[in-house]
Amino acid sequence: MCESMRAFGGITMRVIMDFALFTQFIINGLMQGMVYALVAVGFTLFFGVLDIIKFSHGDVLTVGAFAGLTIYLIVASIGIASPWVILVLILVFSISVTALLGAVVAKFLVIPLKQARAPALNILLITLMLGTALREAVRLFFPDGSSSKAFPALLPGGAFELGMLSLRFDSILLFATGVAVIIAMHTLITRTKLGLAIQAVAQDEETSKLMGINFEAIVLMTFMLGSAVAAIAGIINGLYYNEINFTMGLLLGAVGFSAAIIGGLGNLYGAILGGFLFAGLQTFAVVVLPIPIAYKDVFAFGVIIILIAWRPTGLIAETSSERV
Amino acid sequence: MKLKITSVLVVISLVVGTSSATADVIKVGFIGPISGKLAANGIAGRNSAELAVQIRNADSHTQHKYELVALDDECKPNIGVQVATKMAADKDIVATIGHFCSAVATGAVDIYHKFGLPIVVWGAIAPAITYGNDYGEVFRTIGTLTSQNETAIKFMESRGYKRVVMIHDTTAYGAGHQEAFATFAQTSGVDLVESIGVTADQQDFTAELTKVKSHNADVIYFGGLVDLGIRVRNQMDKVGVDAQFVGVSGIIADTFIEGAVNAEGSIAMRQGAPVEDMPGGPKYLKLYEEAQFDNPPEAYGIYAFTAMNVLLDAIEKAGSDREAIKDTLAGLPEKDYAIGPVRFDSSGQNTFSLITPVVVKDGKWVKVE
Repeated sequence: MCESMRAFGGITMRVIMDFALFTQFIINGLMQGMVYALVAVGFTLFFGVLDIIKFSHGDVLTVGAFAGLTIYLIVASIGIASPWVILVLILVFSISVTALLGAVVAKFLVIPLKQARAPALNILLITLMLGTALREAVRLFFPDGSSSKAFPALLPGGAFELGMLSLRFDSILLFATGVAVIIAMHTLITRTKLGLAIQAVAQDEETSKLMGINFEAIVLMTFMLGSAVAAIAGIINGLYYNEINFTMGLLLGAVGFSAAIIGGLGNLYGAILGGFLFAGLQTFAVVVLPIPIAYKDVFAFGVIIILIAWRPTGLIAETSSERV
Repeated sequence: MKLKITSVLVVISLVVGTSSATADVIKVGFIGPISGKLAANGIAGRNSAELAVQIRNADSHTQHKYELVALDDECKPNIGVQVATKMAADKDIVATIGHFCSAVATGAVDIYHKFGLPIVVWGAIAPAITYGNDYGEVFRTIGTLTSQNETAIKFMESRGYKRVVMIHDTTAYGAGHQEAFATFAQTSGVDLVESIGVTADQQDFTAELTKVKSHNADVIYFGGLVDLGIRVRNQMDKVGVDAQFVGVSGIIADTFIEGAVNAEGSIAMRQGAPVEDMPGGPKYLKLYEEAQFDNPPEAYGIYAFTAMNVLLDAIEKAGSDREAIKDTLAGLPEKDYAIGPVRFDSSGQNTFSLITPVVVKDGKWVKVE
């Protein structure tokens, strides 16, 4: 009796342990998926509105994160201690920097090329080169920019512990912020006048111009919006990992781009789905597959390739009325 | 016709110019990561090599004047092969010291062999650099990573740590550490529960670390370089892994302490000892300070200083012939240098190697008490 009770207790413990471990994997995956989704949303926005692929998006994220770190170092040196004030300053500054960067890119690189009817490939190439330039600029101009930089832990510490599960409060806050950003963006696009104008441009550039929509202003706004989301993703990334480096945008850009494509480029829900799918694949490779962990990206990208072969226009196929 | 005459004149002047330069000055090389992620170590190495050359030139007993040619391998294997070729193809350079990064040195040794350029490796510690070939041109003053792992096991045993999970990068450096550690672990009281290979630029380790958590490990043993080490250390806290972090020598840098939020208490295996504890450490530090370089000597500058001194000793005996320098290096009698005694075995490896466990305490890497 006693023996069997103990055995039963042991099994219950084991189940709880495994459940906790499993939940931990899910939480890690969700956090990563959120960052991927935020990056993918940017890609999908640029493509939906302008039919362009902006390859420098990942590096804009890096610039956003480093802008945040810069203002933190300045603010900390003049002695402001309240983490919330610092956070707001970081967000405002970093969003401003990337939004401005986005506007400059749109105004001086994308719109002129668009107006000259340059092939889409040229815009892709130009943003690819811009990305490299941004990345190297961060490395060269930020003091000791080649090394990993500590990003301050500004959110309240502490964690909810259950066996193997450690659910950190800052992770919950960051995840909630990501959700809020996506909801806000969705509302902006579907419920506001600006959003309607963006949708109109996305659907038919020429007609929207005839209807009195200021095309250039809408393109600028779209770029500022997408870049601002990249900055937020960069800050979330920095606060979550407490570390940023000049190459962080490279893989995030590749993953975000794949996520946007697999979801259905131009579709907001598709980007979110793609982001979480990619993180899910990576986690699956680590937890379930009997392969060395170093192959997790090989596995995830491999599955994406197969999925694209199966659904060439993405999981949520784009129709013209669904753009953005 | 006019053009031809001028070009002939140019050729003549070039020939005269170079031959007059070689007559009184012997050129020696330095290669290391002067830019890029590990630039701090590369610059410290170059400065230390320069220091060794300056001291030698100021010595009245010296038979030759020396000039240092420093090239940058950026810690990238492809660049390493390029600069190694450039160095080896330059007939004026009689020998070189080179490389901080194992992956770079491993690829470049073929070049030195092909061109017959003697090289003393100053900072790269993968065993294969000396033991993976039978090139007579390749020598190394610093110990190999094998001895680090032997010390790491002994250290863990002395602390009573039983269960170890290793996270290592899959380059020659990380994989070399893994291999050595796994070999020593077999005959010890330490149980290597799992080894997890990761790519050298990976950003997220939460999935790997959650797996580590399920193993209830006493120690996470990290085999890789400082950037990756920072990430692993930071993310241990994120998933609540409560194990001792022990790293290989690649994480010993001030950037680890600046980059990791909870660097305090992290342990690493230092190749040699803290500079001030080495036989010629205090003297070297004093000389380095007097030379007023812009950058600090870092942990490994003294190794470049030693490698250059060993090389210059050989050239003093052998003259400027590459072949003669090679033979002289191979037959150098045991002698004390700044890092301790140096004598090469038949593979060109220094037979003496000292490893010291160090810990981050009050924001500094110090010897474990």
